[in-house]
Amino acid sequence: MFPKGTKRKFSDSGDEPAVGGEDMNQPSSVAVRMLSSYSLQRQALLDMSLIKLQLCHMLVEPNLCRSVLIANTVRQIQEEMTQDGTWQIMTQALSAANAAAQCSAERLVATEVLCRQTEAAQGEQVPKPFPAVGSEGCPAEEEEEVVVEEEEEGEGGVTMSTVSSQAPTTYLPGTFGMDPCWEEETEEDEDSEECGSGSEEGDSDRLVEDSRTAEQVFGTFEIKNPAPSPDPALEELFSDVDASYYDLDTVLTGIQSVPKMGPYDLLESLSSHGPSPLSSSTSCRSDLNELDHIMEIIVGS
Amino acid sequence: MLNPIQVLSSDITSLSLEPEPFASYTEADIISTVEFNHTGELLATGDKGGRVVIFQREPECKTEPYSQGEYNVYSTFQSHEPEFDYLKSLEIEEKINKIRWLPQQNAAHFLLSTNDKTIKLWKVSERDKRPEGYNLKDEEGRIKDLSTVTSLQVPVLKPMDLMVEVSPRRVFANAHTYHVNSISVNSDHETYMSADDLRINLWHLGITDRSFNIVDIKPVNMEDLTEVITAAEFHPHHCNLLVYSSSKGTLRLCDMREAALCDKHSKLFEEPEDPSNRSFFSEIISSVSDVKFSHSGRYLLTRDYLTAKVWDLNMENKPLEIYQVHDYLRSKLCSLYENDCIFDKFECAWNGSDSVIMTGAYNNFFRMFDRNTKRDVTLEASRESSKPRAVLKPRRVCQGGKRRKDDISVDSLDFTKKILHTAWHPTENIIAIAATNNLYIFQDKLNQEMHG
Repeated sequence: MFPKGTKRKFSDSGDEPAVGGEDMNQPSSVAVRMLSSYSLQRQALLDMSLIKLQLCHMLVEPNLCRSVLIANTVRQIQEEMTQDGTWQIMTQALSAANAAAQCSAERLVATEVLCRQTEAAQGEQVPKPFPAVGSEGCPAEEEEEVVVEEEEEGEGGVTMSTVSSQAPTTYLPGTFGMDPCWEEETEEDEDSEECGSGSEEGDSDRLVEDSRTAEQVFGTFEIKNPAPSPDPALEELFSDVDASYYDLDTVLTGIQSVPKMGPYDLLESLSSHGPSPLSSSTSCRSDLNELDHIMEIIVGS
Repeated sequence: MLNPIQVLSSDITSLSLEPEPFASYTEADIISTVEFNHTGELLATGDKGGRVVIFQREPECKTEPYSQGEYNVYSTFQSHEPEFDYLKSLEIEEKINKIRWLPQQNAAHFLLSTNDKTIKLWKVSERDKRPEGYNLKDEEGRIKDLSTVTSLQVPVLKPMDLMVEVSPRRVFANAHTYHVNSISVNSDHETYMSADDLRINLWHLGITDRSFNIVDIKPVNMEDLTEVITAAEFHPHHCNLLVYSSSKGTLRLCDMREAALCDKHSKLFEEPEDPSNRSFFSEIISSVSDVKFSHSGRYLLTRDYLTAKVWDLNMENKPLEIYQVHDYLRSKLCSLYENDCIFDKFECAWNGSDSVIMTGAYNNFFRMFDRNTKRDVTLEASRESSKPRAVLKPRRVCQGGKRRKDDISVDSLDFTKKILHTAWHPTENIIAIAATNNLYIFQDKLNQEMHG
């Protein structure tokens, strides 16, 4: 979508006034990195929450209170991302990924990382900013560096709820099992669309940063005022997808009902731990059919 | 008021038969509820395996001063069994969620125990005499040959070894679609309520086939569900008042005189959100895990993930007092969300005079706050520190900066050792702490000395 090396103007998104990319970098590069770190962490939290919602179909009825709280968290993130414009970008990319050719399996490797169970909360918290959705997970842009917060200084334990003010420059491909060739992949034409949307997100972040103070970014994980407004374009995008399994209702009570659009459609894209279901809609369908079948057994209807 | 705490009974691992230090436990042994009865003479615990163990306090004995006041096992019985819901193809856990004692009205004791779906009323009675001298039966119970009976005798009651009999008197079933989290006996001693995630039902203790729904927060569309009921309790004196807490951190006081369905609250207790502390986890940590009326009925004690709050029933807009239980976890919320610890439901308790509140934390720590002196203490319930008669040493969690000897750093806390269930004797300074499969009973050292 965008040729390599060109500074992208933000005027395409139409939300924010166009600002030249060059001016932003110098004075506020740290803030920019904080911002992208914030959105990466937010994305990781979203992915974690969706997986938690999905994994609660066990033999015993899931804890309703826990499910409701996780679902509310997902909703909050979604609302903020909708405000950001990030949501639309991500869902557009999702649909593009659905329709387009394969996504490499490496992009989804982060799901393994996300699903890792930690026995003790302390000591091993390494934030996993790489989401399972390939399009969104383009942190390794050419001029940006990934911010990875690591456990530091004794009681420090920087997690997602605080963003450290230290200079962030560590990029750890090994930690996340990502190929170093990730960067090359983003330059390929066939993948550039997805990466482009990621870059768009980077751009939008850069400009949205105008409206946020550095303090907000450095402070605790902030939520902006939610402005719930269902996006008709969004619903249209997913109208052909059977999301009934991932209904909130289903998730909460194990009972199927009318499919509804919304943040829970993302569950579909994160549903497998292995090779991507996004690679072809047919495998996607068979997965969903299988899950539907399982759901029917569970519901017994 | 926060005098040194001493171990009263050595840790009672009645549910684990192996000797220390090799005692291992199964998941079924994990204690899931603890409750003193109204006199404090009896202490009931429920576990994940559906069993109830009742301890009784030994009466004071002048000749053996060190054995007085200890709690020993009085009775053990299987209250609930695992069940299978064929409609939903889901298991119903036998874990005892709550036990509540009824006020004693005769020689027998009654308690209510509940799992996720069914509440049962149990009668606990003693038998220490048995009739002897039947005319038609002999001592072993066999029917006598009538030709050998030459005279009539009146059976007499002879003393026997004490036997504690437990029998189920009522089973209150099929009234809850969702998981029961609370039961509360009303001050009228005739009714009680049971609360699940979305509904609260009112029962009469004598009637099992009918209950009245008094609170229903289930939305028409389950997709619109954003809030659940987390705990509920009746007022200790006013039989028309009840309070229930929600996952959004609100408390609702309802008056049953107002309407048959108490969906509209009489009072709503909610603390305004602190915008500077807002995060994606704000709602989760504001979810109230337990609510308890004070003995006076004037105050409410609530527990959310990081704090314990005391509310005045007359002031709805903010709590009277806020106590930080483990604020050092505030920067760890993401990790705690990942490993699900953020959803742990801690209970809280008042002491008999409503001057001290207590709640549990991680690493087998529990905290007590004196409302008058504003002093607080952190103690640990562990085998090492709980030899009989030992005095508990206050613990401290350090967050960096000056670190004293014996301080524990936040990163070395064991999050698998959580004290969710605690209980305080209704009148004396005796506390019961459930740490996984172990029950610890501690008492005020001064208390012991006075009786010694």
